Formats: sequence, C-alpha cells, structure tokens
Amino acid sequence: MELRLDRIEKQVGPSTHLYPLDLTLVPRAVTVLLGATQAGKTTLMRLMAGLDVPSKGRVTADGKDVTGLPVRERNVAMVYQQFINYPSMTVADNIASPLKLRAGKTSRTSIDSRVNELAAKLHIDPFLKRLPAELSGGQQQRVALARALAKNAPLMLLDEPLVNLDYKLREELRDELSQLFAAGESTVVYATTEPTEALLLGGYTAVMDRGELLQYGPTAEVFHRPKSIRVARAFSDPPMNLVQGTAAAGGIALPGGGVLPMALPMAMPVGSSALTLGIRASALRVHGGSADMALPGTVELAEIAGSDTFVHVATPIGELVAQLTGVHVFTLGAAITLYLDPARVHVFDAAGDLLAAPTLGAH
Amino acid sequence: MKPVNQKAWFLILPVILCVAFSAILPLMTVVNYSVQDIISPERRVFVGTEWFKSVMRDEDLQGALIRQIVFSLSVLAVEIPLGIALALSMPAKGWKSSAVLVLVAISLLIPWNVVGTIWQIYGRTDIGLMGAAFAKLGFDYSYTGNATHAWLTVLLMDVWHWTPLVALLCFAGLRAIPDAYYQAASIDGASKFAVFRFIQLPKLRGVLMIAVLLRFMDSFMIYTEPFVLTGGGPGNATTFLSQYLTQKAVGQFDLGPAAAFSLIYFLIILLLCFILYNWMQRVGTTDESGAAHG
Amino acid sequence: MAQITLDLAHAYKANPQRDEDYALLPLNMAFDDGGAYALLGPSGCGKTTLLNIISGLVKPSQGSVKFDGVDVTARTPQQRNIAQVFQFPVIYDTMTVAENLAFPLKNRGVPADRIKARVGKIAEMLEMSAQLDMRAAGLAADAKQKISLGRGLVREDVSAVLFDEPLTVIDPHLKWQLRRKLKQIHNELKLTLVYVTHDQVEALTFADQVVVMTRGRAVQIGSASDLFERPRHTFVGHFIGSPGMNFLPAALAQTAPPGATTLGVRPEYVTLAEANADGALLATVTQAQDIGTYWLLTAKVADGTLVRARLSPEQAIPKAGDAVWLAVVGVHTCYYKGEELVA
Repeated sequence: MELRLDRIEKQVGPSTHLYPLDLTLVPRAVTVLLGATQAGKTTLMRLMAGLDVPSKGRVTADGKDVTGLPVRERNVAMVYQQFINYPSMTVADNIASPLKLRAGKTSRTSIDSRVNELAAKLHIDPFLKRLPAELSGGQQQRVALARALAKNAPLMLLDEPLVNLDYKLREELRDELSQLFAAGESTVVYATTEPTEALLLGGYTAVMDRGELLQYGPTAEVFHRPKSIRVARAFSDPPMNLVQGTAAAGGIALPGGGVLPMALPMAMPVGSSALTLGIRASALRVHGGSADMALPGTVELAEIAGSDTFVHVATPIGELVAQLTGVHVFTLGAAITLYLDPARVHVFDAAGDLLAAPTLGAH
Repeated sequence: MKPVNQKAWFLILPVILCVAFSAILPLMTVVNYSVQDIISPERRVFVGTEWFKSVMRDEDLQGALIRQIVFSLSVLAVEIPLGIALALSMPAKGWKSSAVLVLVAISLLIPWNVVGTIWQIYGRTDIGLMGAAFAKLGFDYSYTGNATHAWLTVLLMDVWHWTPLVALLCFAGLRAIPDAYYQAASIDGASKFAVFRFIQLPKLRGVLMIAVLLRFMDSFMIYTEPFVLTGGGPGNATTFLSQYLTQKAVGQFDLGPAAAFSLIYFLIILLLCFILYNWMQRVGTTDESGAAHG
Repeated sequence: MAQITLDLAHAYKANPQRDEDYALLPLNMAFDDGGAYALLGPSGCGKTTLLNIISGLVKPSQGSVKFDGVDVTARTPQQRNIAQVFQFPVIYDTMTVAENLAFPLKNRGVPADRIKARVGKIAEMLEMSAQLDMRAAGLAADAKQKISLGRGLVREDVSAVLFDEPLTVIDPHLKWQLRRKLKQIHNELKLTLVYVTHDQVEALTFADQVVVMTRGRAVQIGSASDLFERPRHTFVGHFIGSPGMNFLPAALAQTAPPGATTLGVRPEYVTLAEANADGALLATVTQAQDIGTYWLLTAKVADGTLVRARLSPEQAIPKAGDAVWLAVVGVHTCYYKGEELVA
C-alpha cells in the first residue's frame, strides 16, 4: 500500500499533538518512526490506521482518499506494546481470527494450514492449544504478531512491540521480524525510541520530536546526514557530543583555544558565525592518525556495555563521551588523550541546521 | 467529524422512550404544578414564583433542612472512619477473606423497609434485644418518646446498614496498593500508624471521595428507614426532608408547594453533587499529572 | 556496609527432587563489602528471588544468608539494615522531597539537625538540592526514582543497597544520566550494591562483578572483561554482547582441543581474512547492515550455520551474495564441551 499523509495536523483541545507534516511511505518497505516518548509516534500511527481522524489534512491510500474512513473499513494490521490477544481464545483461534472474518469462503483446512504455517514461522507451534495467559511475554507477543501476519494486510503497524521484553529476547525477535518483513508484501511502520533498533531494521526512518516530523529518508542516510541538531540528538545513542565553536581562519575555533583544521563549506566572515560541532562518540579514538587533533584529558567515568566501552573524558573543549570497541578498563582520574579526525565531524550552523557531515566510505 | 455508524442511534430509541415516559414527562409535570395553585383538579390558578417564595420562608421546612444536614454530616463523621477501620482489619487473601466479605455485605442486601422493621423491634424494651438490654441496665431508653434516643437510634441504624459499603469500597482501594510500598515502608522503619497516614490514606483518596459522595447523597434523600422506625417522631424530631415533602404532597395534597419544594430539593442535591464531583476531579488529576510526566 | 555471604537454595515445594523444582539451585557466593554487583539474566531466571532473599523479603527454603559473618536469615529487611529501590518509584505522595528523604531517619529517632545535614548532602549528590521543597508526587519518574534511591542512601549505617530493575520506567535518554549517577555514588560512598537487571548494558556498566543467571542457576560470576573474553558457559557467551557469541561446530577448526564440541567466537573478533588463511572459513554473505558506528555482516558457512561479524566502517564492506573468508579461530576463540568451557 502506498500511504500518503498530506499536511496532517492533530490538535486535542488546546495542545498540538502533531504539527503539520507531509509523509509518503515507500510501499512494501519498512519505515521506522523514531523519537522519544511523547514525540507523537503513537498519534501518527493511529492516524495512519484510521483509529483517529486528523484535525486537518488528508490521508490517501493507493490514491484513494481514506481520511474519514474508520479502521474497520481499511485493511490494516496493528501490533501493540502490551501483548494484546483475545484472552478467551486459544492461540490457534487467535491466529485464525482474521482469516475467519474475511469475506468469502475460506475452507477449514486452508485456515488450519495457514495457522500452522505462521505458528511454525514464529516458533509457537507447541502452544497452539493453550490460552495466551499461560504463555510468557515473548510468546504472547509472537501470537499477536502471527495474528497480524495472518491478516496479510497491505499496511502493518507496530507500536514499540518489543519494549516490554527482555533485552536478549528483543534481539532475537527483531532479527525474526526483519526477515518476516523482508519476505512479506506489506508496507510496515514500526515505532521505537531506540536508535539502534532503527539502524538494525534498516529501511526508512522518520525522526520525530515533540509532534514534529524532522526528517524522513533511508535510515543510513538520516543517521549519517542528520538535517539538524535535533535530528542528531534524537538519532544517537549515546547522545552526540555537541561543542560550540566559531568560524575561524583555516577552520573552527573551539573553546579552550584550539582550532580544528577544516575546510568550511561556505565562505564565512572570521569570528562571527557561531557553529556547533557534532562529534559522535565513535568518532573519537585513543590512537590518532596524522590528521587528527589531540585532546588531552582525564577519565571521569568508564562504562562497559558488552561489546563497547564508553569513556567520559573531561577535555579542554568540554566533556566528551567516546565509544571504544571491546572491553577497556580505565581508572578514574587517569590521563587519556582522545583523537579527533576533522573529517568525521558534523558541523551545524547557528540555527541548528547541518552544514557539513563526514563522507561515508573507506578512508 | 468522527466516523460513526449512524444506524446505532436506532438501538437506543427504546431507552429514550422509557426515560421520557418515566422521568422527563413526570419532571415536566412537577415543574408545571410548581407554578400553579391547585385548589381542585378542575380549578388551577397560575401563581408564578409564589410557591417558591413561600417554601423558602416555611419554618417547618427550614427545620427539616437543618435536621437533614446535621444527620448527613453525622452519618459521614461516623461511617467513613468506621468503614476505613473495618477495611483495614479485613483479611486480604484466602478463604477467610471471601467469608468476611460475605458477612460484611449482608446488611447491604436487606430491603430498606425490613431494616427499619428490624430496628423497630430491636429497640423495643419488651421484645427487642437492645431495648431489653438497656432496660435491664436501668437505662431509660425509649426511641418513641425521647427525641435524642430516637436520633441516636436512627443514626445507629444507618451506620449498621451502610458502613459496609464504605468498608467494601476501601477494601478494594487497599488491594490496589502494590506490595512494594509496604516493603519500602518496612525498610524505612515506618510504624503501622505512619504506614496508614503516609501510604494507605493518600492512596485511598479517590475511593474515599466516591464513598463520601455516595453516602452524603443517599443520606440526604433518606426516607424509608426512619419512616418505618420512628415515623418521623417523636413530634418531628426525626422528620427529614424527604418525609416532610411527602407529608406535604401526599398527606395534605398541597401539590403546588410540594412540587416547588421538590424542584428545590432536586436542585440542592444537584448543586452539592456538582461541587463534590469537581473537587474529586481536581484531586484525581493532580495525582495523575504527577504520574503522567514519568 | 557489609560483606554478604550466601549459601542457600530455594524451592517452592517441600521436597525438591529435580532441577525444575528449584527456583534457585544451590549456590555459594560472597559479595565483598563496598563492591558493586549485578544479577543478570532473562525473565524467570530467579534473579529477583535471589535479591529478595538477600533483602529479607523472602526466606530461603534451605541454607543461610550472613552479613559480616552473622547469620541474618531469620531477620526482617528492617533488622538487616538494607535499602531497596524497586522497579517503579515508591515515594510518599503527601510529603515533599526533603520530607521523603528524612523519613527513614525520623523513624529511627535521629536528631533534627543531623537529619537536615544528611538530607542536604544526599540531595546534593543526587543533584536534587533545588527540588527539596517541592511535592514529591508532582515530579517526573526519574526524579522519583532518585528520591527512592536517596531514601536508601540517607541512612549512614545501611548495610547494602539493593536495586530491582530500577530503570524500567525511565526514558532511554535519561537512563544514561541515572546510570552515571549510580556509578558516581558508588565511587563516593563505597556501599555494597546489588543490582538486578535483564539488560547487559546496565549490568556491565554498573557492576564490578556480574552474576549471570539462567533458570535458577548462577552460571558465571566475573568482571565485565572476564564475561566478555572468556565466558565459562555457552549461555554467558550468548547473553553477553550485542549480538552474542557465534557458535560453530569445533570440527571446523583444526586447532580445537580434544573433546571440544563447539567453538565460540564473538562477532567483534571475527575479521575478513585472505582466502584459505589459517583459521578462516568460507562463507556467503546473507546480509550487510549499516549500524551507524559499525557494519554487521551476517554470513552462512558450509553447514548452514550463520556467523555474524562486526566490521569497522573503515574497510571495504562486502555485499549480500559475496563469498568471503572469515577468520574465526584466533586468540579470542573459546572452546566448549557441551556447554562448559574447556579452553
């Protein structure tokens, strides 16, 4: 389904839940709605589904105007955070429910075979005779997913479906979901608060913040070229290091005296334009190359997160967080030098819009 | 602009007809009567707001109103704390909990005029358990002759009848408090009273508001039990508002002032309801807005 | 501050016969005074039960809990002098922040001026000094959790602070700040801290030593680097790390020690190698994902097993369908017999 939202707005009483936005979903692809809680992701999803009507604007599905159409008349499947299943029906009946409601005769055997096929795909075939309450959280969510897949709707909406699950279970289900989405024909919209999930699901990402749609595009592109500081902040975990600087001869003057050698994209009068440098935690390293700027500092905190170590360092240009691969042990207060490659820095102008971003590819 | 299936309106047509027939039309009739002097079924004179004025000036009515307010406030003052105390002492889990719940709820299941009759007999000094006990103790108890005794008996009867409702509401409210709060309080070294004051009572706020609202409204409209027990006496010591109204309308067949007074009664209750409900809402939202930010 | 020694098991039924009857299989571990420990595992592994046994909310069906050598198994949480922070913020709604923090001290009869000083110090540590006179009920979830934490820290004689998945209700971008705060507090106050979670990032960033648990069993206790470099059990290899360890049949490597059935290598240590290099395997790429700070390569080896590799973006990344050689045997590779580490 090609879903288009034209100038959609949503006001509830005096507060604006969604500011005017335009969005055209790429058909048969996964679109991730990324944003903090209260960013408007659920509100937007409800408008897409037909559970709510926008205060202004139009919703078009495959060229047909569906703005006022209630969700019952649209062909949409939705999966929620809270493992929603029919509590009095067995797992098999739950999965079969959209198939039974379909207009036209579907034979008993074909329903059964489809139920078994989906249950096998989601690894819940041993539980077909049980009630949802007897299953664990992860299994219940799989039932909800199987039911959504059974409907085979052209539009599938998932509202933070993995957030109530164990972290490891989340990883496993996410992998399975990616494969299921790739194998299917539906347009998928997936809401999440975690940037890593957006990156792992791929597809396209729409970044939202406080009711506004900030940027929409292929996920990798939105990540590497965030249009503004707000997008960069929403789409990074750990948060991007932001350093204030001003345009100077040969580069950017930083607090604490240094000048980062950079060719600025536009001619700027020296000393006047306030710029913000965005440095991702992974852009800082402990071994420097020749072009790198050295930032001596002291370790304030070292956090080990499984495959990576995050070091908080107090440097002359401010407090920075660096992400290092593997497990590294640091003592607090130890001296450490971080190296910054000017080619890996994002530059934002005074208004917060992107001026320059690191080029992708091998160096 | 919400997409709605229009055909659903037809489903509530029967309800509208019933409500119109049993509530709206009679209400309109009362309003009609309240502005007329009904000397006889054939002769009616339009008198405007005269009945309303005379009702407000009626001393008997003012007396009944004061008695009613005092009664309702006493009811609240006794039933709410007693209900809370009862809820706190009821077991929370297991078969004992179900047994106690049933026992507590028994008085709520008794038809109201039977309640009146039970207490009428209970208070008699010749065959009633309570009356006889008082007589044996040398206490000169008479709910038919002594106004104070009548008052206290009516109050006691209402407490016996309706405290279980408050207790059940509070019991449900207490069950909704997560265990972690009690665990945290025990870790903090809180005494039982501190636990009551700082955890249980604040968390019961919503439920208590409902209990207060219900008991106040119901006691303000009370009719059957005191009527059966004391008939409003001795004299008019226990004649509350609704009984006074009935006397006026049915007894004296003075429909005009009775109708006017009904409307005033209705408006008083509506006003008090409105005030209490808004207060409830405001209390509810301050709690929620704190949680919503999280 | 106390050293906690556990030598116990816990079963819900009277006569446990098999492993499944136990909520906690027999375990024996010691938490040093002033150390930060994490109990890490999936839902249902018994970590919350273990925490509640340490705090005294649950009595173990067999065995004992000792604080500084003294048997406290029969004592209540209050008597053990522990503090506990729960999954959702537990605060006294009717009190201000200052009154909330002062509550445990008031109940113990501490004089008012000492209460004020102590509350001020803890509020400053938690960066809540500006909010001391605000009503606790109106604050955001992370502030409320800080208050819950503060109530535990305010007592000077607290023996241990226990955390039961405390960051569950906190927004992701605030989790960072709270984690940092917890680590700073640990460094400053040197209390014994025990933290229960199913999130490896929380466990590894917080604790000096992590206890990895699954289905009632404590599978490995070690520091973050121990668990990462030398997982003693295949579950640890799988659970720690994002994504977890790759497991391949040991037969694929020539240098496998005798008796080993499986070899495990973390995606961080799988690299692109020259064709036919030592310890490298031929694989077909099924997926190459740009995860922003690295590339995640998924490839299928000869027998159909999927191998994942984390590649730095500074090299040429193969595309789906390409044939690549992946170095899986190296100094970081671990060998397992069944589920236990042999080399």
